[in-house]
Amino acid sequence: MTLQAFRTQSASTRLFRSFSGIEQRIAIATLAIGLLFVGVDAARAHEFKIGAIEVEHPWSRATPPGAKVGGGYLVIANDGDSDDTLVSATFESAGRTEIHQMSVDNGVMKMRPVEGGVAVPAHGKAELAPNGFHLMFMDLKQPLKQGESVKGTLTFAKAGTVDVVFEIDAIGAMPKHEHGGDGEMSGMKMEN
Amino acid sequence: MTKRRIAAIALAVIVALAGSALVGYQLSGRGAATAQRGLGIGGPIDLPATTGKRFSTADLGGKPYAVFFGFTRCPNICPTTLSDLTLDLEQLGPLADRLQVLFVTVDPERDTTSSMKDYLSAFDPRIIGLSGTPEEIAAVAKAYRVYYEKVPTEGGDYTMNHTATVYLMDGKGELTGTLSLEEEQPTRVAKLKRLAESG
Repeated sequence: MTLQAFRTQSASTRLFRSFSGIEQRIAIATLAIGLLFVGVDAARAHEFKIGAIEVEHPWSRATPPGAKVGGGYLVIANDGDSDDTLVSATFESAGRTEIHQMSVDNGVMKMRPVEGGVAVPAHGKAELAPNGFHLMFMDLKQPLKQGESVKGTLTFAKAGTVDVVFEIDAIGAMPKHEHGGDGEMSGMKMEN
Repeated sequence: MTKRRIAAIALAVIVALAGSALVGYQLSGRGAATAQRGLGIGGPIDLPATTGKRFSTADLGGKPYAVFFGFTRCPNICPTTLSDLTLDLEQLGPLADRLQVLFVTVDPERDTTSSMKDYLSAFDPRIIGLSGTPEEIAAVAKAYRVYYEKVPTEGGDYTMNHTATVYLMDGKGELTGTLSLEEEQPTRVAKLKRLAESG
């Protein structure tokens, strides 16, 4: 990616010299700088990093009118040599955010607050998904709308606090990366 | 010879015990979800509805219905099920009018018919939401063997655990099947189609 960017840059430098007028040069330079920023933004949109922790694609679902709660989902990768723990989170559109775990046992949907956070093993991953561990956004200030982005933070016991942006997907959306062969959602089996 | 016979009897006993344990496990494991006709699950429903009036299954005039219990402060199962049912009804086309989808709250203290009406506006307009007094809800939940309980969360708030199965009831009000969470849309639509055509 970076190499390609350099190549493009040298090619465009040559192209740049071929423009004689100062206005033309300024216009091209402005356009190039603009494009550079667009590229950087797109690359950052789905990943957030702090220390050895990388947060992939934080997302939530649109909520029906008047809904007071929402769920927050993401994948956390720990590139470090020591275990870490997601201990808390915030979400700008929620009065407060808790970490919950959902399970379905014998047809009964069970929800329980998670004590002590979600462990992210060294060189391992932890997934927060609709049918397992997830962030529970409570006292929503307004409905979440598909296509919007909402700021939040994630706090890890060792890595500290990282700013993230949650992308709002459709009401019944499911994790998109599952098709990558990474396996089941949160290792939770749905029965009934 | 006797030893062999004893061994054979012991083996038979073990096989029988293992067999019955397996059957018992499967029965308890499946629970209400695979309950068959005649197990007495279901019953008339007569509750205040999001239509602004009371809704009674007696008024359905033999139309089959699908009923689901949940609550609006439910982040995943309830909106997902309602969203799935919305897509299913769309797939059914005109047949969708030959069945009724009901959403009964298990959190009647916070879910009023008017707040449920707002909530349901995000889904198929044919889905009717039902609330009532805690006693009314308890009676309906008992008839459908729906389990629900409050789970305290931080700050004195609570969330709910509840049975998340969609019950498919025929025109006589008898349970004919269920929809479960992990089923793909074609399976759900096929079941709903059968239900609609049975009416």
